[in-house]
Amino acid sequence: MKIKEVPQDDIQTFKGSGTKAIYAVDENGRYARTPSSGWEAEEVVLRDVVDDFAKLAEDAKIRVFKGETSPIEYYMNKYYMDLPALARGMGLARWRVKRHFNPNVFNKLNRKMLQEYADFFNTDIDTLKNIKEIA
Amino acid sequence: MKTIRNFEHRHFAHCETGVMSTLLKYSGLELSEPMVFGLSGAICFAYLPFLKMGNMPLVSYRMFPGHIVKKFPKRLGVEYFRKTYKDQDLAMAELDDFVEKGRLVGLQTSAYFTTYFPPEMRFQFNAHNIIIIGKEGDEYLVSDPVFDHIERIKAADLKKARFPRGLSAPKGLVHYPIKCPDAVDLKKFIKKSIKKTVHMMLYAPVPWIGIKGINHLSRHIGKLSRKQKPKYTRHFLGNIVRMQEEIGTGGGGFRFMYAAFLQEAQDTLGLPLLKEASDRMTAVGDQWRKFALECAKILKRKESRVDLPEIAQYLRRCGDSEKQIYRMLKTFK
Repeated sequence: MKIKEVPQDDIQTFKGSGTKAIYAVDENGRYARTPSSGWEAEEVVLRDVVDDFAKLAEDAKIRVFKGETSPIEYYMNKYYMDLPALARGMGLARWRVKRHFNPNVFNKLNRKMLQEYADFFNTDIDTLKNIKEIA
Repeated sequence: MKTIRNFEHRHFAHCETGVMSTLLKYSGLELSEPMVFGLSGAICFAYLPFLKMGNMPLVSYRMFPGHIVKKFPKRLGVEYFRKTYKDQDLAMAELDDFVEKGRLVGLQTSAYFTTYFPPEMRFQFNAHNIIIIGKEGDEYLVSDPVFDHIERIKAADLKKARFPRGLSAPKGLVHYPIKCPDAVDLKKFIKKSIKKTVHMMLYAPVPWIGIKGINHLSRHIGKLSRKQKPKYTRHFLGNIVRMQEEIGTGGGGFRFMYAAFLQEAQDTLGLPLLKEASDRMTAVGDQWRKFALECAKILKRKESRVDLPEIAQYLRRCGDSEKQIYRMLKTFK
């Protein structure tokens, strides 16, 4: 890739974080680090995954209001995780996390466990328990 | 406020090589990022269909994260300090100690808890590498090689970032070079590392690593349409590209970095063979980019019908061109 071919697509997913550094060749064929504001292809694939999770989160939120699942499922999708990832991150067995999706079980969780979830999702217990209609 | 004096932040393409290059530089051993990448033999290809991440097989374009910090200094003969912790508070206290003494240290952190990352990039990835250069009040000053300026992170967040659970958990890993040798016999190390890379890419004894891995993946893509729903196909292709594009590697970025290494190797050894290898590796990087672009187009159009054999062909060609380069490098003694 030549320096002038380095993509400068100003992608949304890296906006506000400056530039990335990429190795590209100059006119004399020498390699140099070049700043890039991102490549569209890269944004497309990331967007695809992120949008998917956003949809799942939205869906989970509706089900939380209907009392069909717990906020844990909503937060899991909001932070781009699937069940194995959340279980690994929390250091719990999958079936336990899955069980916590059950609103009845969730409502009976002790403070310690709730605090662990809250810490993991970078929030506090109150926000964890009461997700708002528009968040 | 306490910071390392005369620290100059450098912006790199990749976190682990960037951290290593900077730490070595401040211990008196000047090696560029591509040099660290090449000498540590970090270029690779792995397609591990049995290791699932987010329900997608693992695809990697380099050695496993942590490989460089673990193996590279030893190979170079650098005396190196590595420490992991059980006690989180002790880990943070010792970090403050390092900052107080003005010692530059590298940390392994989780991208998920790294607060200054753009939100879309905060996936569960436990092997990000940063350098702590100082502390101001409750905030640490971070030289993160993949960002173009000094970042800040709160002590509480950094503590979380250092102690995430899950795959390749860092356990608060802190590391720095203690003593670098006065001179490094670059020629010897270049030869050794190229030999190692060639061997791994061409003759890995398993079908998931190296050129075999690329072909394996290519065959699998060719077969996708018969078995899977279009949505799965799209995700599968997206996953391959995302692994390729993951922060700071920019479309076959590791191939370009290796080409840069070969160029530097040629400057040191002065062999025309290396120049040709470098040029061809650049061309392969462009091929990888083309492949990524084609995959991205499919995702963008959201079409249900995808010409998978063509995509598989692109990948196969990447593999073939790379194979020729390694074959050529094999003759280099």
